[in-house]
Amino acid sequence: MKTDDLISLLATGAGAVEPHAAERRYAKAMAIGAIGALLVMLSITSIRRDLADVVMLPMFWLKVGFVASVVAASLFAVLRLSRPGARIDWVPRLIAAPLLVMWAIAAYVLIQADPSERADLFYGSTSAYCPFLIALFSVPAFVAAIWAMKGLAPTRPRLGGFAAGLLSGATAALVYCLHCPEIEPPFIGFWYVLGMLIPAGVGAVLGRALLRW
Amino acid sequence: MQRTTREEGWRAKEELLRKLLLGGLAGDNVAYQAFLKELTAHLRAFLRKRLARLPDEVEDLVQESLIAVHNQRHTYDAGQPLSAWVQAIAKYKLIDLLRRRIGHELRNDPLEDDDEFFSTADADAAEARRDLNKLLDELPDQHRLPIIHTKLDGLSVQEAARLTGMSESAIKVGVHRGLKALAARIRGGT
Repeated sequence: MKTDDLISLLATGAGAVEPHAAERRYAKAMAIGAIGALLVMLSITSIRRDLADVVMLPMFWLKVGFVASVVAASLFAVLRLSRPGARIDWVPRLIAAPLLVMWAIAAYVLIQADPSERADLFYGSTSAYCPFLIALFSVPAFVAAIWAMKGLAPTRPRLGGFAAGLLSGATAALVYCLHCPEIEPPFIGFWYVLGMLIPAGVGAVLGRALLRW
Repeated sequence: MQRTTREEGWRAKEELLRKLLLGGLAGDNVAYQAFLKELTAHLRAFLRKRLARLPDEVEDLVQESLIAVHNQRHTYDAGQPLSAWVQAIAKYKLIDLLRRRIGHELRNDPLEDDDEFFSTADADAAEARRDLNKLLDELPDQHRLPIIHTKLDGLSVQEAARLTGMSESAIKVGVHRGLKALAARIRGGT
């Protein structure tokens, strides 16, 4: 086929394209991912019974706010990384910002605490499985986010896979807040971050294979 | 002085192409065809420069990039420079080709950035080696028939639906998925 013929083939009946394709795809992916995480959570464990009391604590909202900021930052990242030629220079700073704030608060809490309590503040009582539960809850969101990104045009597949993975990890962590009994910043700043980084790492490794278009 | 004139030249070109593309995205197929036609010359110059050692690959990659631009046109944001968008797509397809064929070429051939994408054009098409008609023929009917009827024979969606007995939405979906399948076949094969 000659290139001119290809051009008329592509243009004939091409029609209008609905705007905001990327935003709509990720909205769908995140809804599926959040519901999926909730279903996985309810099938293997439950919402914490004292949730009504916990929501009164500022520390709980600090945790939710932190995770929500990571969701927002990674959402910004996937939107940029799905669009060829879009500038991404703000992406690392936006992702680092909530982490640095959380780590500063965690450091302050640890310094203020009695040395004998520091290990408890860091390990809590669920550190052995918290990151793995977050990673497990993130599976539906991971599949959905990769689907959303693949239908757009990621030109940096490793970074794209990382961002899509982080978005799914953060979405799962947000749902996990409904179950998780921990609220101490040193715990959140390490074990939650580890949990969110597992799908992000998987995304970075598989990005090139999963995100070809 | 001369540099300024050249810069003005490609800026004007970018503005023109952007208007045509935005028209096309809004449903103006004539503007869209003009956009693709203009773009092709720039794509060809861009790729020919970077595939100097593989001149036979140029036209195939021009066609592959055109299909990519078309299939991914929903990712263009009106607020971003068109040259950056097109260049990122062409570069992605170029790297994909190099990776596919000659992994080491990637390390030896610097893919430098320049924002003067529209400063060069090349309307002189070589013969494509890959025959898209053949790839098109290999697609399953639910993809092939919608493309042939609406895009090659120029029938409307309704007419194509009546002719094939498929529903109108199946025709639309078939065209969309068929062009994606075509791109996948180009990626998978050689």
